Amino acid sequence: MTTATATRAAWLDDPWVRFGVRRGGRLLVSLWVLITASFLMIHLIPGDPVRAALGPTAPAALVAARRESLGLNDPLWVQYLHYLRGVFTGDLGTSMKSQLPVADVIGQRLPATLELALLSFGVALLLAVPIGATMGVLTRGGRRRGAELTFSSTSVVLGAIPEFLLGVAFVWLFAVQLGWFPVAGRSGPSSYVLPVLALALGPAAALARIMRVEMLTVLQADHVRTARAKRLPAAAVYFRHALPGALTAAITLGGLLLSALVAGTVLVENVFAWPGLGGTIVSSILDKDYPVVQGIVLVYGAGVLVVNLAVDVTLALLDPRSVIRES
Amino acid sequence: MSASTVGDPLVQVAAPARRSATRARWGAVLRTPVGAGAGLLLAAVLLLAVFAPILWSDEANAIDTDSALQGASAQHWAGTDALGRDIFYRVLVATRLSVELALAATLITVVIGLVLGTAPLLLGRRAGRLVTAGVNIAVAFPGLLLALFFAVIFGVGMTGAMLAIGFAGAPVFARLTQTLTAGVAQRDYVAAARIAGLGRFRILLRHVLPNVAEPLVVNATIGAGGALLAFAGLSFLGLGVQSPDYDWGRLLMEGLSGIYLHPEAALAPGVAIVVAGLAFNLFGEAVAKGIGLTTTLGRLPLGRRGHGAADDELPATDPSPEAGSDDAVLDVQDLTVTFPGADGPVRPVRGVTFTIRRGEAVGVVGESGSGKSLTALAVGRLIEEPGRVSAARLEFLGADLLTGSERAHRRLLGTSFAMVFQDPMTSFNPTRRIGRQLAEVAEEHQGMSRSEALARAVDRLRAVRVPAAERRARQYPHEFSGGMRQRAMIGMGLMGSPALIVADEPTTALDVTVQRQVLDLLEAIRREDDVALLLISHDVAVVREVCDRVLVMYAGRIVEDLPTSELGNARHPYTRALLATVPDMSVDLSRPLPVIPGRPVDPAAQPVGCAYAPRCPLASARCIEEDPELATDPTGRRVACWHAGEIAADEPGRAPVTAGEPA
Amino acid sequence: MSELRFEQVSVRYGTARTGLTAVDRVDLTVPDGAVVGLVGESGSGKSTLAKAAVGLAPVSGGRILLDGRPLPTSGPRPVQMVFQDPYSSLDPRMTIGDSIAEAVPRGTRRAERRAEVARLLELVELDPGRAGAYPAQLSGGQRQRVAVARALAARPQVVIADEITSALDVSIQGTVLNLVRRLQRELGTSMLFISHNLAVVRYVASEIAVMYLGRIVEHGPADRVLGDPQHPYTRDLLPALPDTPRPAADDPALAAVAAADPPDPHHPPAGCRYHPRCPIGPLVHSDRDVCLTTEPTTEHRHAAACHFAPPAPEPLPAPVRAPQEVS
Repeated sequence: MTTATATRAAWLDDPWVRFGVRRGGRLLVSLWVLITASFLMIHLIPGDPVRAALGPTAPAALVAARRESLGLNDPLWVQYLHYLRGVFTGDLGTSMKSQLPVADVIGQRLPATLELALLSFGVALLLAVPIGATMGVLTRGGRRRGAELTFSSTSVVLGAIPEFLLGVAFVWLFAVQLGWFPVAGRSGPSSYVLPVLALALGPAAALARIMRVEMLTVLQADHVRTARAKRLPAAAVYFRHALPGALTAAITLGGLLLSALVAGTVLVENVFAWPGLGGTIVSSILDKDYPVVQGIVLVYGAGVLVVNLAVDVTLALLDPRSVIRES
Repeated sequence: MSASTVGDPLVQVAAPARRSATRARWGAVLRTPVGAGAGLLLAAVLLLAVFAPILWSDEANAIDTDSALQGASAQHWAGTDALGRDIFYRVLVATRLSVELALAATLITVVIGLVLGTAPLLLGRRAGRLVTAGVNIAVAFPGLLLALFFAVIFGVGMTGAMLAIGFAGAPVFARLTQTLTAGVAQRDYVAAARIAGLGRFRILLRHVLPNVAEPLVVNATIGAGGALLAFAGLSFLGLGVQSPDYDWGRLLMEGLSGIYLHPEAALAPGVAIVVAGLAFNLFGEAVAKGIGLTTTLGRLPLGRRGHGAADDELPATDPSPEAGSDDAVLDVQDLTVTFPGADGPVRPVRGVTFTIRRGEAVGVVGESGSGKSLTALAVGRLIEEPGRVSAARLEFLGADLLTGSERAHRRLLGTSFAMVFQDPMTSFNPTRRIGRQLAEVAEEHQGMSRSEALARAVDRLRAVRVPAAERRARQYPHEFSGGMRQRAMIGMGLMGSPALIVADEPTTALDVTVQRQVLDLLEAIRREDDVALLLISHDVAVVREVCDRVLVMYAGRIVEDLPTSELGNARHPYTRALLATVPDMSVDLSRPLPVIPGRPVDPAAQPVGCAYAPRCPLASARCIEEDPELATDPTGRRVACWHAGEIAADEPGRAPVTAGEPA
Repeated sequence: MSELRFEQVSVRYGTARTGLTAVDRVDLTVPDGAVVGLVGESGSGKSTLAKAAVGLAPVSGGRILLDGRPLPTSGPRPVQMVFQDPYSSLDPRMTIGDSIAEAVPRGTRRAERRAEVARLLELVELDPGRAGAYPAQLSGGQRQRVAVARALAARPQVVIADEITSALDVSIQGTVLNLVRRLQRELGTSMLFISHNLAVVRYVASEIAVMYLGRIVEHGPADRVLGDPQHPYTRDLLPALPDTPRPAADDPALAAVAAADPPDPHHPPAGCRYHPRCPIGPLVHSDRDVCLTTEPTTEHRHAAACHFAPPAPEPLPAPVRAPQEVS
């Protein structure tokens, strides 16, 4: 074996490289599935989508012309290639209602949604991880039954209230009754508070519960017992030895919650009339403006995939064994 | 969509055993406050769903344009809508549609999820992997997104939304089914069924599904709650139920516009949504808890006595013969460990008394239920709540471990007391390098800097014969082999200068050829540094090889304490039987192997008299009534037996297998 | 006749580069009516060999013959297995009677099946009235006996026992071992008895084969292999007699060998697989280079795979016959 091939083989054996290749591959495949699904969306709808969009009274000639301009008369695979090309060049079609390029519509509304989503991520994590971990430590071994009960009931109730209901309740209480925050819209910093809280509290409560359970589990693990046998101070035992393990498990589940948060923006934006993609997608579905719906689904889907990738990479960094396991 | 629409992957449950036990467990669930409350709530919701339209349809549909858009009043508890209809009654009547749609969507989810989830078992490897990959990709997308996607395809409206939510929930349920069935499919009884010639489908029906049914049902219940909330969300957006039908979501949307003036119009349906969602979720979770938890976590009743021997009936053990001598490293008297149990406190360790001198190697031998491992943990002060440790005396190097806080003893125990656990793979932190884990001890207790501590760690690794110690110190535990890990564990104990090493089954998880390395190492350490050793093992041969003295434990007590050299002349019938029944290379091949009839004692069911009496050929009436004390003889040996030294004609090893049902 | 023969059987997992050859060209015969003990430690491949015989592991080379014919791939198998873990080898939701009945060949009527179950329970010294009990109500030893009954229910020609006593308490291992001996005596079942414990194997087996890293390194009559082992690994496995001076104390080379690690099955050493740990190999005797380069043949006494074992004095002894000849 020449040195060149030997080094290449060795490089391929590195678990990190294999992990990267696998994960990247998975991302590409998922993206392809997403793009294809969003393409197929229109074609799976029973009936004629253009007729449905323009209404039953539109003249047949207009419908035919619109079909031609949307390329719907070409064979399916031609349309598919066209669509793929469009996705890669940034051309996502034209809105049937407003005649504007879909990419522009998305471009206008995306920043507001991004802000909301990212801020809520951050708030949810900042609330859930410390509270959950601390509760885990405080209530281990059946201590502090009262605190456990309070925490559990609060987090269950909070987690069970959907974000749009929380939003409505917040609007009524803080905006209408107390007048502390604006009722709707995106204006100054104070207008962010209610939407972010509505979006973040539910996932935060669920994540805090998970964090507590994971902490309790990890505290029973053998390696934590070893840490106690080494008579390390409590802080070292909890932060250095217990927390990373609990975090690993919580991040996996947290990733699911956080991608649900991405979708939750749709509902919250509707409650607060937030100028993001959420309002647009609902109105587009109701108006049957399919190109816009396609584009927005693509954007949301891509966002979710990015979140998943970030979660996997974080997990790999925290726990080197998962990299080995994958390869 | 709330977080609970994600089918809770945490709800994975150990399979219970008997049918009547299952029924009993479900009954127990209903007796807990959460279970009963959620159950009642769920029952109320379901009853309302059935009866509300029958009772109140008329009131709900009565149009009265004169009193349109009014706030709450005596006649209209939640006000009226744009057509003057009473909102309160509409909320009640909407229960049926909301619940029906949610249940229908859940049914779709469950069916699709089951099919996709069990497909890998039924199809071949290639097709199965394809399905799994597909599900994994779909799982990445949140439910609401999928629901919107399907809503476009199936159309806006009731049926469309129902199909959309049903399909949207399927990937998560399929993933859960997959995980559960894969777990069961790996078990030996499924392999046995395959070897017996059962087809795949039959195995699925007879073995896999019954064992995953419970967690799936629980998740489906929680999923129904999620579907309810999802539906409310879609209707709220206007994509779900359309006029003239109405469900809670639609009512919420209609009420939202008037939130400034009369919020009750929005809050009433909102409350209904939350309550119903909670009912499903809480009930599902209560059931999960009830059938998943196999141990109780009750608190010990303070000052109350439970079943079994009360404390003042325990025969007091004399202090061990070596107690109080100057070179006693560990002095334990009347050590007892108590845990709360289902029927009262359980004492897996009771009244254990022994002393270890400097440089002495003491072995503890016993089977399951003997309490030997817990004794080691108790001595090392590693038993946490809800377990309680009590003793008349527990002294290490003269320091009383019973009084004083953990902090006070930390330095002493951290440097002079080393513990080696059974499984080195899980006993090391898998995410930190070995060198750092060893160095922690020195940094913490010996005031060394990071580099000094690391250097000492490498030195200790070398001392335990880990080759290439410097390179190895930078590796993670999973990169070490089993024997090397165990040696590294010992090395960690040697970071200080220990006076005592407590090793709990240190070689059980290792191969025979590697066992010897570890035992040789322990022996060498003992010799060179005069370190005392407490070695716990179920394997008498291991203890024989290394230890000077042996403590034999049975049912939480020490039944005999004798030098290793005297094992051939053991005086307790259990010790004799134990030695006779373990096959070694000189066992007589022409006779059946000796066997001790009966089973080891369950710690929760310790008898009043001698715990070994049911299995002992020498048992007399006194043995059954009175628990023998651990008596010391002039040579320093101790035995707890009313018939110590007697030899029965029919004891194991002496004659063909004793009569009575073998274990 | 129920003779089980492995001919150059190999079992390989994984890809060409990163795979693992768990079993490497193994030749082994279980003569009719005999109990052959198969001894080895973790990584030896003994369990994999067993799984290959019952169809749970894919055979990538060689063949397995029963009475000269290949094993059937569908339907009830003539080779049955008893597993190691008594807690997972029985379905917790089925009564033991049902578990056993499941293995009874298809086509028997219900009454006959019930009678057969009762007969088998008596055969393994359990009360037939307990056929309605669930596994959780039985002890570990009793469960193992049920597992044996289940294996026998299928009327197998060969039974494979994979570490069936390793998970039991020492004082009750005897019941299962006595049962194995009795069944072999009364029924003349051929058996492959796998264990890592030589004392246990000695008690039940008439022939012993020793496996190391996927190969058989010694094979012969039990008393001869144990009394006069020809392969250094077999000698290493035998418990040291008391008062033997520890060689590690004086000789650094022997100390290095004694401290050597078990091998990684993914990367077996070249040449003789045992050489990194061999007390008579190249680490101790620097002139024994042949161990580094060439795999030993089996033309030695006890078919020992060692370059320095004495040659076989005569052809391998005839297979052991069962005590009662069935005419």
